[in-house]
Amino acid sequence: MTAAVFIGCSLIAFGPALALCVCTIAAEPLRLVFLIAGGFFWLVSLLLSSLVWFIAVQIGGSNSASVKRNLLIFGVVFSVLLQEVFRFAYYKLLKKANKGLTTISQEETIPISVRQLSYVSGLGFGIMSGIFSLVNILTDSLGPGTVGIYGDSPQYFVASAFMTLAIVLLHIFWGIVFFDACEKKKWWALALVILSHLLVSGLTFLNPQYEGSLVPSYIIMMLMGTWAFFTAGGSLRNLKLCLMCRDKDFLLANQRPR
Amino acid sequence: MAAGAGWRMGAAERGGRGAETLFRGLLFCVLGCGFCWGNSIERKIYIPLNKTAPCVRLLNATHQIGCQSSMNGDTGVIHVVEKDQDLKWVLTDGPHPPYMVLLEGGLFTRELMLQLKGSSRVSGLAVAISKPIPAQGFSPGLKCPNDGFGVYSNDYGPQYAHCNWTMWNPLGNGLAYEDFNFPIFLLEDANETQVIKQCYQDHNLPQNGSVPEYPLCAMQLFAHMHAVTNTVTCMRRSSLQTAFSLNPEEVCDALSDYNVWSTLKPINTSSKIDLMDEVIIVATRIDSHSFFWNVAPGAESAVSSFVTHLAAAEALHKVPGVQTLPRNIMFTFFQGETFDYIGSSRMVYDMENDKFPVRLDNIHSFLELSQVALRNSSVLWVHTDPVSQRNESIQTQVKTLLEALINSSMSANVTLQEVRQSQPLPPSSFQRFLKARGIPGVVLADHRTSFQNRYYQSMYDTAENILMKYPEGLSPEETLDYVTDTAKSLAEVATVVARALYQLAGGTGNTSAIQADPRTVSRMLYGFLIKTNNSWFQSIIKQDLKGLLGDELPQHYIAVTTLVNTTQLVQYVLANLTGTVVNFTKEECLNPEKTPNPEKEMYVYTWVQGSRDANSTSRVPFCVQSTVRLTKAASPAFELKQWGSTEYSTWTESRWKDIRARIFLVASKELEIITLVVGIAILILSLLATYFINAKAHVLFSSPGDAGAVAY
Repeated sequence: MTAAVFIGCSLIAFGPALALCVCTIAAEPLRLVFLIAGGFFWLVSLLLSSLVWFIAVQIGGSNSASVKRNLLIFGVVFSVLLQEVFRFAYYKLLKKANKGLTTISQEETIPISVRQLSYVSGLGFGIMSGIFSLVNILTDSLGPGTVGIYGDSPQYFVASAFMTLAIVLLHIFWGIVFFDACEKKKWWALALVILSHLLVSGLTFLNPQYEGSLVPSYIIMMLMGTWAFFTAGGSLRNLKLCLMCRDKDFLLANQRPR
Repeated sequence: MAAGAGWRMGAAERGGRGAETLFRGLLFCVLGCGFCWGNSIERKIYIPLNKTAPCVRLLNATHQIGCQSSMNGDTGVIHVVEKDQDLKWVLTDGPHPPYMVLLEGGLFTRELMLQLKGSSRVSGLAVAISKPIPAQGFSPGLKCPNDGFGVYSNDYGPQYAHCNWTMWNPLGNGLAYEDFNFPIFLLEDANETQVIKQCYQDHNLPQNGSVPEYPLCAMQLFAHMHAVTNTVTCMRRSSLQTAFSLNPEEVCDALSDYNVWSTLKPINTSSKIDLMDEVIIVATRIDSHSFFWNVAPGAESAVSSFVTHLAAAEALHKVPGVQTLPRNIMFTFFQGETFDYIGSSRMVYDMENDKFPVRLDNIHSFLELSQVALRNSSVLWVHTDPVSQRNESIQTQVKTLLEALINSSMSANVTLQEVRQSQPLPPSSFQRFLKARGIPGVVLADHRTSFQNRYYQSMYDTAENILMKYPEGLSPEETLDYVTDTAKSLAEVATVVARALYQLAGGTGNTSAIQADPRTVSRMLYGFLIKTNNSWFQSIIKQDLKGLLGDELPQHYIAVTTLVNTTQLVQYVLANLTGTVVNFTKEECLNPEKTPNPEKEMYVYTWVQGSRDANSTSRVPFCVQSTVRLTKAASPAFELKQWGSTEYSTWTESRWKDIRARIFLVASKELEIITLVVGIAILILSLLATYFINAKAHVLFSSPGDAGAVAY
């Protein structure tokens, strides 16, 4: 029966990402390519931070708890910075690729906009980091046992899944804001993205007080989501229009043969 | 990554070392160094039980016995059964079947086990060893041990067959010879038992009448066995595998090991001894068994008798002029006797087929030491075979044997008494020799009819059973040399045996000088019953065999691996007690065939590591010359490929991959279903939301300036 926990947690963590992939990515090959490339860039950043971690542990070498904790904090901060560096590198690469794409494209316009790219690459980063943070936990959720014999919270699996969900979505939002900030050279926005990333990662040190890490993480996610919504061109007016279904284009678009 | 890794690291903080290992595990995953098992999350979920002994499946020509779990281990909610009433919860009342029963050792009886066996609400059993040992006695062996493989049958003393005359082991409940379809483990460590009980009390105890709530404490036992049905089936499967498969996966192995033997006067093992030579065989068994795998302390059933035998061998070797006695004496230690006489049947088979330097015709007489430690008012009973004594010449020879024994016991503190002539022999290796030839012989035992041993073939047949008591506060070194009353009484038996043997071998000198050393007996008892890793054993073994010695209780199960610890230790102890130190260099000792030594064919040379010097850390190794040899103790049934044999032992042990036990908590079904439902809800919700947003993207994400230009 613990397969139920496995499936449940997988769906909680990756359900939204799956929905996004199915609805927005799967149909368009170019987006798919950029999604996978985004995942690859995240993986390279993980590889590098693992190497640094490996060296740091060898040097740190001591077994005391405080040294370990400091090492962990160092590892997390370093890894966050590295990820953002790779996001920037990916942005630079995409800009170059975009130029190339325009030249070979038959149409006048660029086949994919920077905004779309930011969303796709963010999703790529999110999915890959989500998979890496949850996959070990998921294998153990298959059972037969559940966490708690040492007095830990039995909500461990569900809490981990929800945290992964937040991180997947946050990566999308960070991607959108980050690329936009690079485009418009708004360095303060870039700094805010990195800071919030550090903050969310730091919050996980509060575990196993899951409320302590989950609630602030979700608040940050909401804020980032709103910001990303406006960055992507959303506005209250549009939202109102949308919700009240007062838009003729929408009806027209549906009638138009695709 | 950091968000995710940080999350997991944070979660693992309580696990102590967990975080680092996890991170490193992650790194290894990334670097492709392989997949990481036993990570920190697993350590948060499971408590492995390390000090356990499983019950495994053994097979013979017709049956399978023992236990097994399903392929992925059997899981059940723990219920502690400390008294008979607790069983009702498991069998009928409890709302969370199947149950894993934690049974108090005292309740491990046949009646209760058959009740559990018949219930589908039991998924497994963990038995806590009971301390002190149960007073009412406990023997999982058969009432009639080795029935059908001894000498008595329809053709030979039919009235004695199947223990019709005497039930040797009336306490035997035959549990070890039952087949259970669930796993059964022995919990050897009281601390681990306490951990399980604590978990049970914290989570599973029904509180004032109400049903205990999830999460519940559960246990999982892995003991999946590869072999089924019987030896015929499993050996056929194994041989098919070895014949046709490049990567054979055998399913069972025959129980086999080596017998240890030596002779008083050296003989040339590369040829037969002279037809006219007469040999007196002294025999004991060196193996035992219990319900659980490799739990076979066998203090009374094996150790006390072979220790006595070793002490007698030492005493005889010390007698001056013993090499000139008219008859030779052969000291034999049979392995696997518990399992239908594996060792002795093989030796008889080898003798019959001229594969052994001694022939059956060379045997002058046979003296076997059965269980001897629990004597009532120091009476030692002499058992003889009534059927072969119908032959007059054999009867006379048995009389001579008896006289020699009674003469020797005169001055010792042992009273020898003859069992009345109409009683058959107890289970003994001698029966296998009798089966082949009418040989005069006796079996010495501490029991007249049924066994004195109330823990025959059980995990309680320990030093405690043979009343070995040490005063408190002794150092290991002092304990090793402390002469217990048990050691004294066994030394007396050894003295009687040695004197009798001297007379039987034709010695005419004064026997009162022959005396077994109680101190040697104590050292051997300590080594074979309490701790093999003692200074004496260390000093008498080869240097590369240090791994034999351990601090845990020594076990004397025959097993399927060649040369178990007991066999090797008996070999080295015998070599030490009966051999002589020769002035050889290491090279000469290890390769005696290269030296110009005329006696090299007659002796075996062993380079032992010697004892530690008092004032230095190095050892002084030396070379021991002895006549101690090993001979195969594998049932002839496997040699002849007669896997369904009723003549020879056919015991095999199943193979297995994974034997372990662990406890953990299981979550309620409701919580699991809720998780699943939440997951599905989130998926559906996000599908709907995404579809909606995607369809309206051009409205949502359009600034008034560039309507619909960069829609997603």
